[in-house]
Amino acid sequence: MNPSEQVILRDVKSIVERHSGEHCDLIAILSDVQTKYRYLPEKALRMVAKETNRSFVDVYGVATFYKHFSLKPRGEHLASVCIGTACHVRGAPSVTAEFERQLGVSDGETTPDKQFTLKTVNCLGACAMGPIVVVDGHHFSGVKADDTDDIIEKAKNGFDQVNIGSDRRIFPIGVRCLSCNHSLMDSDLPIDGFPSVKLTISFENKHGWIRLSSLYGSYSYESEFPIPEDEIVNFFCPHCHTEIIGAMNCPECSAPMVPMSVGGGGIVQICSRVSCQGHILDLSSNPV
Amino acid sequence: MIRLEINGLPVSVEEGSTILEAAKFLGFPIPTLCHMEGLSPYGACRLCVVEIGEGDRAKLVSSCTYPAEEGLKVRTASSRVLRARRMVLELLLATCPQSKVIQDLAAQHAIRQQRFKQEHEDCIQCGLCVRMCEEQMMAKAIGFRGRGEDRSIGTPFDIKSDECRTCGGCMYVCPACQLRCTYNEPDKAICGGCANIAVPCVEKDPFDDMMCFMDPCVACEIQKD
Repeated sequence: MNPSEQVILRDVKSIVERHSGEHCDLIAILSDVQTKYRYLPEKALRMVAKETNRSFVDVYGVATFYKHFSLKPRGEHLASVCIGTACHVRGAPSVTAEFERQLGVSDGETTPDKQFTLKTVNCLGACAMGPIVVVDGHHFSGVKADDTDDIIEKAKNGFDQVNIGSDRRIFPIGVRCLSCNHSLMDSDLPIDGFPSVKLTISFENKHGWIRLSSLYGSYSYESEFPIPEDEIVNFFCPHCHTEIIGAMNCPECSAPMVPMSVGGGGIVQICSRVSCQGHILDLSSNPV
Repeated sequence: MIRLEINGLPVSVEEGSTILEAAKFLGFPIPTLCHMEGLSPYGACRLCVVEIGEGDRAKLVSSCTYPAEEGLKVRTASSRVLRARRMVLELLLATCPQSKVIQDLAAQHAIRQQRFKQEHEDCIQCGLCVRMCEEQMMAKAIGFRGRGEDRSIGTPFDIKSDECRTCGGCMYVCPACQLRCTYNEPDKAICGGCANIAVPCVEKDPFDDMMCFMDPCVACEIQKD
């Protein structure tokens, strides 16, 4: 991935804007930039400095201080192998060697196909369960050299793939509009095999319908117009035409949250930003 | 005015001054390395340590960053202080044995031997150049990068900084006198070092028997080529 200057400028501007007004926002901004590109490109650092009125050297200093940040492009999956003392005596060196052999890269390098980055870390704080390997936020404990191909295979297939129907984390919910209490469910056009949640949206002078999957934990949707990534859209009830907007902002990206009441009591809130997966399900509170 | 005791002598100094300023004003010498008037105190070199408090509660603090307090009892040259200073100097000397500034300080403190392995680093990370660049030259071209043993000073990505005007301020203040802002093209730098300490090695010939302590001296290197 080699994004052009204009693209980076646009992305950085929107990230900085999202964090404007926050105190000590630099780490949060850099973290978001890294999430976007999987590393911190030099151009992006320059633009962060410019947009936040900091000197380039200060931004660079922060970016090089924290191990979380990488100035070199990283692969799609990041495998961190703990080589702390406890993991070392429990056999981390052979695990590291096996990862290096299977991926064909050494510590800190990325495979040529940009799939995997291998990194050794000094302690993950779970010494009793060592050797520890963390891949894309998923922890593996008591790893032996034999387990590495299994871990790599799992990472390639994606950890977040869920099997609808058999996975208990996925369940359908029925929602209603908070102001007119009309059901928002639409069984004519099901998504993921369940009745969809039909709402009206508007963005960029466009006005149309959107159908969201009613499965909690699924992010599938269909809409009348293609919605650009990162766009924050306004949601309306198709029945009473009231704008659905909550008092809360998304904990992930701070865009406004969209609340709907859940059948059986409670409120579900979804983020109004298209690409954001922020959502909250609160079954204890009553609809206001 | 704040009343305090320095080396048993009751003195009063202006509010807001540091122990170092108070001691200097009253004529008690405290050696410094990373301190410079006009730059903010940094407390990196620990050469200016003094002992404060009494009995079990006595402790060493860096005088350049410690504010003068009412009733404070300061000792600027107790045996503990001198021992600490000698250790600091020995370590600095091991890091940067070629530095004239550190050599002189070591000589003043009667350091006759080196117990530590010489590292021949070109930087002691005192931060003088970083503060000079930021506070006096208003450039902010150089700064600290990385952390721990990978910490270094320089421009981001080691490429020429747009902010750098090659003013030479960083070299002027550097006790180890190596190039900072000139990245990988030292011949494009103005070597302030030789000019400022009046070693006219550029005019004289041959250079071999010159007593120049700049190693490597940029001016000499250019002449040789």
